Amino acid sequence: MDLRELYQEVILDHNKRPRNFRVPDPTNRRAEGYNPLCGDKITIFLYVEGNVIKDLGFQGTGCAISKASASLMTDALKGKTLEQADALFDQFHHLVTSPATEAESDALGKLAVLGGVREYPMRVKCASLAWHTLKAAMQAERDVVSTE
Amino acid sequence: MAPVIQPLTAFDVQRVRGDFPILNQRIHGKPLVYLDNAATTQKPQSVIDAMVRSYAEDNANIHRGVHLLSERATRAYELAREKVQHFLNAAQSREIIFVRGATEAINLVAATYGRAHVNRDDEVLITEMEHHSNIVPWQLLCEEKGAHLRVLPITDEGELRMDLLDGMLTDRTKIVAVNHVSNSLGTINPVKAIVEKAHKRGIPVLVDGAQAVAHIPVDVQALDADFYALSGHKLFGPTGIGVLYGKAALLAAMPPYQSGGDMISAVTFKKTTFNVLPNKFEAGTPNIAGAVGLGAAIDYLRALDLAAVGVYEHELLEYATKALTAVPGVRLVGTAAQKTSVLSFVMENVHPHDIGTILDQEGVAIRTGHHCTQPLMERMCVPATARASLALYNTRDEIDALVRALDKVREIFD
Repeated sequence: MDLRELYQEVILDHNKRPRNFRVPDPTNRRAEGYNPLCGDKITIFLYVEGNVIKDLGFQGTGCAISKASASLMTDALKGKTLEQADALFDQFHHLVTSPATEAESDALGKLAVLGGVREYPMRVKCASLAWHTLKAAMQAERDVVSTE
Repeated sequence: MAPVIQPLTAFDVQRVRGDFPILNQRIHGKPLVYLDNAATTQKPQSVIDAMVRSYAEDNANIHRGVHLLSERATRAYELAREKVQHFLNAAQSREIIFVRGATEAINLVAATYGRAHVNRDDEVLITEMEHHSNIVPWQLLCEEKGAHLRVLPITDEGELRMDLLDGMLTDRTKIVAVNHVSNSLGTINPVKAIVEKAHKRGIPVLVDGAQAVAHIPVDVQALDADFYALSGHKLFGPTGIGVLYGKAALLAAMPPYQSGGDMISAVTFKKTTFNVLPNKFEAGTPNIAGAVGLGAAIDYLRALDLAAVGVYEHELLEYATKALTAVPGVRLVGTAAQKTSVLSFVMENVHPHDIGTILDQEGVAIRTGHHCTQPLMERMCVPATARASLALYNTRDEIDALVRALDKVREIFD
């Protein structure tokens, strides 16, 4: 496989100039993600109003794949509902772990550039770290809510 | 029959490469350049053959049967112990305990000597450049006992702050644990000097030799180390076999580690009398073929001219250091004056993982990440490094291939 399919221009661009690489103000949900295998660390911040992710951002260190994935994810989720974010999580997970389908690529839009990762099993975790951390950020708040 | 290995008078790297079948293959269409030797070394054919023979011709349980196969298996296993004894220049073969690897060796000492001697408010002294396997067992012991883990700092170059050592050895220090060679930095630590200082205060020293034994001569008596740990697979031997060397007097006084068969001399339901050394610390059927393989790896090394190997490896490290330093944007992490075999580096604006993936596509195998030394990474202010680690079968051509692959990384990321 050609490395250029993994390191596509979009990925290199988001690595160099990550979008939403900031702590949103205000913010009301957060979670930290950590990949002990490689030491990648990420914190996802959400500002959720009602059911909608009004704003989100991230901080941390990681490889080009994990940084670009976080950057693309935050771009894709702004203004989405929590249910839509959940659905995108599932689609993204499928994208990086299963054979490609065209319909899927269409649904994921820009996120589809990360599909190349599926050819590099050791790197799937890099691409999915931001998404798992997002899920934790959404989940954490619900847990708090459910104890009230 | 055991193969006759002809001693080499000088070091012939091409001939040595021919002894390692795995090296002769292509990865992603490119010749394999294996530079991950600090993680594990490759095995010469003679080691593979010895293990196959152990299963194909001599397989039986040891120390038990009166039948000939059991006798042969026992002899092969105990012969391997003697080979390790001579390799480390231990005074007696019963000071050689077979374990799964350096990690188990350290755990054994922490769980036996450590539990018996470390009490509330006592101290265990380690260093800032230890592998997790020489941190966590001591940390757990200190938590259990209410003792304190003290950490000898290092310099920016990756050398131990020997000037601080005397101040950190106190009346409460019960054991010192230090690596002989750092797996992340390649630093060769002055363990003899550390042992001398510790012994002046009557403190025993455990040396983690996992990264040393494949690269520098080790003489446990000259070092006067109380314990010395190593892993077979980092010494051209198989995985799942390692060694704890311990001074006989210390081992004899220590409580057992695991219990069961082979480590006893008599059992009643009221009381068990433990076996003598080394069996006391080898409960259960051991890794017989693994020990035989490790013995064969030692035979392989001893048949080489080890002084010539040392010179060759040193020159290769110098060549690689120069070559990597010349790559734009590359910075070496770990530049101690006394080094062997390890080149940890970072590259401007490129994460080690991306380097690793791109290098792999060029056939170059390196390790990326924190190398199980997270506190050290924090000390060196890097989240991770890329690490090329050398062995006696690596060549200058392979270093050139590494540098060409790094150019490719630059190309993609610029």
